[in-house]
Amino acid sequence: MLFQPAGSRNAPASVRPRYFSAFDLFAFAVVFGLLAMFTHGTDQALIPISEMEQVPISLDPTSLPEYALRTTLRMLAAIVASLIFTFIYGAIAAKSRRAEMVLIPILDILQSVPVLGFLSFTVLFFMGLFPGQVLGVEFAAVFAIFTSQAWNMTFSFYQSLKTLPRDLEEVSTSFRLTGWQRFWRLEVPFSMPGLVWNTMMSMSGGWFFVVASEAITVGSTTITLPGIGAYVATAIDARNLTAVAWSVFAMLIIILIYDQLLFRPLVAWAEKFRFEQSAGGPPPKSWVLDLIKRAHFFQLVLSPLGYVARALGRMPLSMPVPVPKGVGAAWSSRTMDRIWMVLIVAACLYSIWLIVRFVASEVALPEVFHVLWMGFLTLIRVAVLIFLASLVWVPIGVWIGLRPKVATAVQPFAQFLAAFPANIIFPFAVVGIVHFKLDPNIWLSPLMILGTQWYILFNVIAGASAFPTDMREAASAFHIRGWHWWTKVILPGVFPYYVTGALTASGGSWNAAIVAEVASWGDTTLRADGLGAYIADATTAGDYPRITLGIAVMSLYVIAFNRTLWRPMFSFAARRLRLD
Amino acid sequence: MLDTTTPMLQVSHVVQSYRKGDNNRILVLDDVSISLKEGEIVGLLGRSGSGKSSLLRIISGLNEPFGGEVTWYGKKVEGPEKGISMVFQTFALFPWLTVRQNVEIGLEAMGVDATERRKRAEQAIDLIGLGGFETAYPKELSGGMRQRVGFARALVVHPKLMLMDEPFSALDVLTAETLRTDIIDLWMEGALPIKSILIVTHNIEEAVLMCDRVLIFTSNPGRVGFEMPINLPHPRDRQAPEFRELVEEIYARMTNREGPGAPLHHDALHHAEVTLTTHLTPISTNILAGLLEELADPPYNGKADLPELADSLHLPADELFPVAEALAMLRFADVMGGDILITDAGRQFVNLDVEPRKKLFAKHVLANIPLASHIRKVLDERSGHKAPWSRFADELEDHMSEDFAEDCLRAVVNWGRYGEVFVYDEKTRQFSLEDKD
Repeated sequence: MLFQPAGSRNAPASVRPRYFSAFDLFAFAVVFGLLAMFTHGTDQALIPISEMEQVPISLDPTSLPEYALRTTLRMLAAIVASLIFTFIYGAIAAKSRRAEMVLIPILDILQSVPVLGFLSFTVLFFMGLFPGQVLGVEFAAVFAIFTSQAWNMTFSFYQSLKTLPRDLEEVSTSFRLTGWQRFWRLEVPFSMPGLVWNTMMSMSGGWFFVVASEAITVGSTTITLPGIGAYVATAIDARNLTAVAWSVFAMLIIILIYDQLLFRPLVAWAEKFRFEQSAGGPPPKSWVLDLIKRAHFFQLVLSPLGYVARALGRMPLSMPVPVPKGVGAAWSSRTMDRIWMVLIVAACLYSIWLIVRFVASEVALPEVFHVLWMGFLTLIRVAVLIFLASLVWVPIGVWIGLRPKVATAVQPFAQFLAAFPANIIFPFAVVGIVHFKLDPNIWLSPLMILGTQWYILFNVIAGASAFPTDMREAASAFHIRGWHWWTKVILPGVFPYYVTGALTASGGSWNAAIVAEVASWGDTTLRADGLGAYIADATTAGDYPRITLGIAVMSLYVIAFNRTLWRPMFSFAARRLRLD
Repeated sequence: MLDTTTPMLQVSHVVQSYRKGDNNRILVLDDVSISLKEGEIVGLLGRSGSGKSSLLRIISGLNEPFGGEVTWYGKKVEGPEKGISMVFQTFALFPWLTVRQNVEIGLEAMGVDATERRKRAEQAIDLIGLGGFETAYPKELSGGMRQRVGFARALVVHPKLMLMDEPFSALDVLTAETLRTDIIDLWMEGALPIKSILIVTHNIEEAVLMCDRVLIFTSNPGRVGFEMPINLPHPRDRQAPEFRELVEEIYARMTNREGPGAPLHHDALHHAEVTLTTHLTPISTNILAGLLEELADPPYNGKADLPELADSLHLPADELFPVAEALAMLRFADVMGGDILITDAGRQFVNLDVEPRKKLFAKHVLANIPLASHIRKVLDERSGHKAPWSRFADELEDHMSEDFAEDCLRAVVNWGRYGEVFVYDEKTRQFSLEDKD
């Protein structure tokens, strides 16, 4: 035999056949531990709300592991939901031209809508679905996390489907693969690396929302779901800084475990699906993945699952009745296109009319202008903060990125900080502001960017690391230094990466405004003027027309900001500053 | 016994075009009719833009023709046929599937059960020389091994006809030769479970080496210009005089200005008219100058045999043709009967220094390339001496595809910049007369 690829099961691992190894023992413990925890975590979701309210959130650190587990399970449920949504929505959008005309703009707007503002609606909706049961509230929390991940993942999937390599498509057609086989053999695998990466990135947002959604007040109802977010909220009410510190610690541990047990292995595994035939740079590694590959017994347990999954993907399922040619032609004709367009426009106008009527039932025109002004204040905050953060993190990121050793040490840390839900740390800042009697209009603002600035940092680090060595050498050979070096050499080099980071950071900051512009500590409440505070107040008051107005205005600002600032910068970077 | 009389595949009056604007169509294939019998290897030879890959995709059922029809054993082809499989230029392997899984993919689609699938895949893998690589991923294989997987995948479904779309052109010379020889050997031994092969190629020697019949395509739009039987016995020797003669003739036919089917002239010069809408290939002025210098110096001393020149420059014919053609358009060289000759102007160009070279080049561009003189004229006439790229692109696109219009303008920008005929600013996509910086 000439060749034996690494990781293949036929590879003789040792001379003596082994049926059970130390790795197996560990793997076994992990699997059954998780299973036991999962059952424990879920059985409480089915009890009625009244029963739950009798058990208040305990600030004892020993109950934190359980809360952490509940929070984690919500995250998992949201990922599964997002994945299913992604496969269905993304596939429909990519395959039907008419659906694409509607679905993609909707997705684009959903991405810009501040999800936190929606919480009140969704909580109400899901509680209506499961009256009197905790399950409804659980669904609402999961839905909040879902909304922070799904759009991003769907976009990634849709874009992958749109950029399928033409030759592989032709192979699939010419070998007569059915739609089902094509989906599992070509489309899903091809989109895997992007999908995994985007899931991991949007998880960061997810932690933020899970914390925010576990303790929410809508009008007269206050709902606390046992979890880390509820723990923090209770600690804030009780002015217990030690408890807040404990929750920060617990959060750190969870994110670390999540990263190591779930995402690192996934990213390393997804590498297999990367389409470029030649490897660039060292492939990502994961000790968990190595463990799974090495544990014999573990593989024995998992292989039936894998077999079923593969067999399912192979099944030559197809449409039972092929669409008759005449119907197909009529369906894809231009006349049908026009009818479709008219329908879309009518539906749009009708929904706008609905929204306006709903908002106008409560709100008069002067207030609309007031809200626009509030939005402007928040816009200024976001813009100034992004500018300041860039001023700080771009030079630091460049410095780190150009030193490979420092970069490998710092990069995971920066990504970790981006994932950390900054709202857990808010109490510390609030205590400081209260203590020094600072102006909340200015000093609450930095909270908006506390969690999101790291996107700028780690993207710039990535950009600087990818900067070609020969260009650096050329720059130093021609004695390009100082200001010149920054403006002519490195800044254009990292710009495309910076734009990606800054765009993500700005989107996150808008969302954070809703929780950052109003912060409380015990019964002290700090308030900054802005659209975030307006939405937060309306939510607490259960004032739906005002919530709608606030969200609509914020969405408009976000979209306008993206279209006028980020999108042109993006296309400029793609056009002029590509390094290939 | 093979039935060598009735055609297995019949392509009748196939026309392919695509929509350009509302009521304008650009023709890619014009009235192409060919037929294929059992037991033969047929080559479709042509330059880029001759629509030969389009034809292959129509035959395979991947694309539908705009006009005409393809029949497979008398039945109209309306989608991928069971008896036809295809080998792709880019290999087109699924990187996430192992060699075996890649080979099995066609069988999965047919619903063949697992044991049978495994058995047939094993046979195909062994036949094509991939034994031992079953569990490897394409990433771990060299280009040649990857294309072997492509062949195994196409063979495992036991097709009657195997289509090959430039299967060796993405491989290096040595690997391509080995694989080619292996395929011909298997074919001669009758070890391949197929009845016929249709191969698309732009490599003249490859066509002569493999095929029983070669169809030479013309470009823009694609038509069958000439059909040439190759009656040499296998294995064929590239150095044999009969082989060289056939290669020479095809070179001559492919560079023949009046088309591959027209009588070949070995003496008189024929300058085809270059018009505003003649397709130009963007060739770097460095390559143009390089070829002229090579041609002027010994051993050629001004006259070279195209196949020989291609060999010594390590350029495949497909890349040499457009360079020779560009030199001919610019009247720096003449191409006839498979030879290239330097003109007096070409010789003068070689002997000049940088600045005078540019001046001479500019003169020839303006005199011989109507698109260049047209752009210059528009710039001269306009008060601001400026015109956008789109103005000319739109004009060209009335007569040709977007890609071709882009090619023409890129070529003219390239040559115009070198000759300092005009200035082009990529940022604003504007032509102008003077550099403002």
